Amino acid sequence: MPLNSKIPQGELAAKWTTYKSTCKLVNPANKRQLEVIIIGTGLAGASAAASLGELGYKVKTFCFQDSPRRAHSIAAQGGINAAKNYQNDGDSVYRLFYDTIKGGDYRAREGNVHRLAEVSANIIDQCVAQGVPFAREYGGLLSNRSFGGTQVQRTFYAAGQTGQQLLIGAYQALERQVALGNVTQYSRHEMLEIVMIDGKARGVIVRNLVTGELERHFGHAVLLCSGGYGNVFYLSTNAMGSNVTAAWKAHKKGAFFGNPCFTQIHPTCIPVSGDHQSKLTLMSESLRNDGRIWVPKKQGDNRKANDIPEEERDYYLERRYPAFGNLVPRDVASRAAKERCDAGYGVGASKQAVYLDYASAIDRYGKIEAGKQGNHNPDAALVRELGKAVVKEKYGNLFEMYEKITGENPYEVPMRIYPAVHYTMGGLWVDYELMTTVPGLYALGEANFSDHGANRLGASALMQGLADGYFVIPYTLGNYLADDIRTKSIPTSHPAFEEAEKAVRERIEKLMNIKGSESVESFHKRLGKIMWDKCGMARNAQGLKEAIDEIRALRKEFWSNVRIPGNVEEFNPELDKANRVADFMELGELMCMDALNRNESCGGHFREEYQTEDGEALRQDDQFMYVAAWEYKGDSSFELHKEELNYDVVHPTQRSYK
Amino acid sequence: MEHYTMNLTLKVWKQKNMKSKGQFETYQVKNISSEMSFLEMFDVLNEQLIAEGKEPIAFDHDCREGICGMCSMYINGRAHGPWHQTTTCQLHMREYKDGDTIVVEPWRANAFPVIKDLVVDRQAFDRIIQAGGYVSVNTGNAVDANAIPIEKHKADEAFAAAACIGCGACVAACPNASAMLFVSAKASHLALLPQGDPERKIRAINMVAQMDKEGFGSCTNIGACEAECPKGISVENIARLNREYIGAVFSGGSDNA
Repeated sequence: MPLNSKIPQGELAAKWTTYKSTCKLVNPANKRQLEVIIIGTGLAGASAAASLGELGYKVKTFCFQDSPRRAHSIAAQGGINAAKNYQNDGDSVYRLFYDTIKGGDYRAREGNVHRLAEVSANIIDQCVAQGVPFAREYGGLLSNRSFGGTQVQRTFYAAGQTGQQLLIGAYQALERQVALGNVTQYSRHEMLEIVMIDGKARGVIVRNLVTGELERHFGHAVLLCSGGYGNVFYLSTNAMGSNVTAAWKAHKKGAFFGNPCFTQIHPTCIPVSGDHQSKLTLMSESLRNDGRIWVPKKQGDNRKANDIPEEERDYYLERRYPAFGNLVPRDVASRAAKERCDAGYGVGASKQAVYLDYASAIDRYGKIEAGKQGNHNPDAALVRELGKAVVKEKYGNLFEMYEKITGENPYEVPMRIYPAVHYTMGGLWVDYELMTTVPGLYALGEANFSDHGANRLGASALMQGLADGYFVIPYTLGNYLADDIRTKSIPTSHPAFEEAEKAVRERIEKLMNIKGSESVESFHKRLGKIMWDKCGMARNAQGLKEAIDEIRALRKEFWSNVRIPGNVEEFNPELDKANRVADFMELGELMCMDALNRNESCGGHFREEYQTEDGEALRQDDQFMYVAAWEYKGDSSFELHKEELNYDVVHPTQRSYK
Repeated sequence: MEHYTMNLTLKVWKQKNMKSKGQFETYQVKNISSEMSFLEMFDVLNEQLIAEGKEPIAFDHDCREGICGMCSMYINGRAHGPWHQTTTCQLHMREYKDGDTIVVEPWRANAFPVIKDLVVDRQAFDRIIQAGGYVSVNTGNAVDANAIPIEKHKADEAFAAAACIGCGACVAACPNASAMLFVSAKASHLALLPQGDPERKIRAINMVAQMDKEGFGSCTNIGACEAECPKGISVENIARLNREYIGAVFSGGSDNA
């Protein structure tokens, strides 16, 4: 099947306008007869549900958490990008588009990314109208800060809780639609199957996680807004429940999986402290605005950080990338940290960490504050006190979080950080309309393979999730449903529902009947270790081949020896987890295959065989300028389809942040 | 910081489901690292129980970084345990020493029925938001984000109220199981902003009515809610909601005069 990305014809800047003016519409009376199912209630799902409810569609939302407000979008810290150019520093829709394409190492679609940049400004307007309390200046206008991979200040933020505030905004809009009767919400429900009728997605089978009952729900269309799959690595910055199950079920029903190996390793996370570690915590990229990253110049230096004199510190990002310094994109910063640690310069007990130091920022801000008070010769103690107050105002909650987790005070000693799995650029392949290769089945937000190419820039995930939900799907879904207005709701007694439910029931019974001796958690940890060691920050052909064999063996073991306590017809988190881990194993294998296929390095995908002399990613544009879209062909069998990427406006070059 | 390991006795509330009666069970855990989070200590216990062929303890948790509001344990008589402005998932075991006994219960409130063990149903909070915890603005209706300047201190105050994570610790900590801190945080967040101003009166009336309907208790100004709130939401918000509510009732909720 040839992949049709359905990018509108015409000039890049006119494509979305043209689409909006020519797409099909559904009149209000017909919208009331059309049912839409939305899986996941994070930024993409909640914003889509609210917007579609407002338009008059009959919407049902499902989330596995106890409330839509808990979705993991809530944990996003640093901010959201928008091409507002409020700072008059040279920003524009084109710049945001260009930075995103370049940041993604030329593996994203021009048409999609330009649309994203166009609607970015509307997102900020919408959020402010909802009452999202973004940071403001004394004049009452919105404040901005810098993020990695850009040279303008276009990031809007609400302290270190931007994701929380944006999600609460979308959640409130969603709850309003629930109150108005346009949306029905189901919490503690997990989607376990897509129901297909006549080649179209027509519903879902969900499990009520409180009672264990399976439920059938019909929809004229199904939207997957179920987030990313970083938890395939076991340790990641994702929430414990974040999973690939909804996307994977869709994949097995015919939705192609795009660029599964594109994983974002975030450079600034709190390092692993021991085998008990259950998740990793991010320290916002915004900290790289003011913090300086360094390691000792001497290998294996065991002195305390504050005992190492300035001249014996290697500010390696500033040294290697003078133009962007500590604000290079995430993939570049992560690899540079790994390089230093692998070479023996790491710090802390594990030696798998580098310092993120606020001493010079505290000093700089302190002097400015003293100067404001007319004190041009302040003593060091006053400078520190004033400087700490400024840093606290900007990053206080992050510093507190660091201290709670590590027991160290980051105002006094530099933070220790190390890269960790954070985001997945890969996901379900979608066309310009966000439709997967299954008609009527859509993927929004992190769940789709999206607009970030091989590396996402900071503060762009929130932008994409909300762009998809608020401003893209209301148009593109109408364009599909306009041809469906004569389709009456299909009763869930239809054989396709029977069959799908039966398959789900059988799988659950199969899992419960294994009655082995090893816990789900233990299998998940073992899978994570294989993925991190062999499909993590650096990959090579041999390791990937080994990983595929190891995952296959692990899967076999799982299906013969996993132990799930409790019963099916009750609240049983171990069973929920087993369902998810079983899918992660299948996905892990596909990720390794994709990484093995892509004989190049680009963005977050770093194949050791393909690097420049100074260790930068080396793309192979002549062979790999395509989206790898994988079709499920049965157990461990996947067929590769290629969507060629055409750059009409931007000319791909080797990315340089020097 | 010195790291150490400890052995602990845990007394944990076990309850099969909403209808059954619960009771405390006692467990021993060994070699707990001071670097673990409280929930990682529970992970260890649950792995131990699964290995012994017993049923693990059900507890709510998700982000494990203090922001989603899902975790909800009542630890030695305190919502989210002893650390100030800290969720259970951010509480770390260096708080405890070898030989300690820790008692863990679910949130206790009529409006939060126990689903299983330490897991409670907090959908009442969603229904309170549905009663008016929003600005009625459809997608696409917004003016430019900088069209309405907002004084910085007001925006900061609104943000401080909006920082509520909806965990329900305020209800669990309150002897009356009142939800006033939660409700007032949302009412304040929106009333402090010009965008939320047009609906402030009807919002106050409807959210309070829903709160009462859900079976939460009355506020008697004890202040345990603020003391135990992991996000430090101030009881000043309660005073503000009371003013909003009285003003709204006397004006019939129909205008903002």
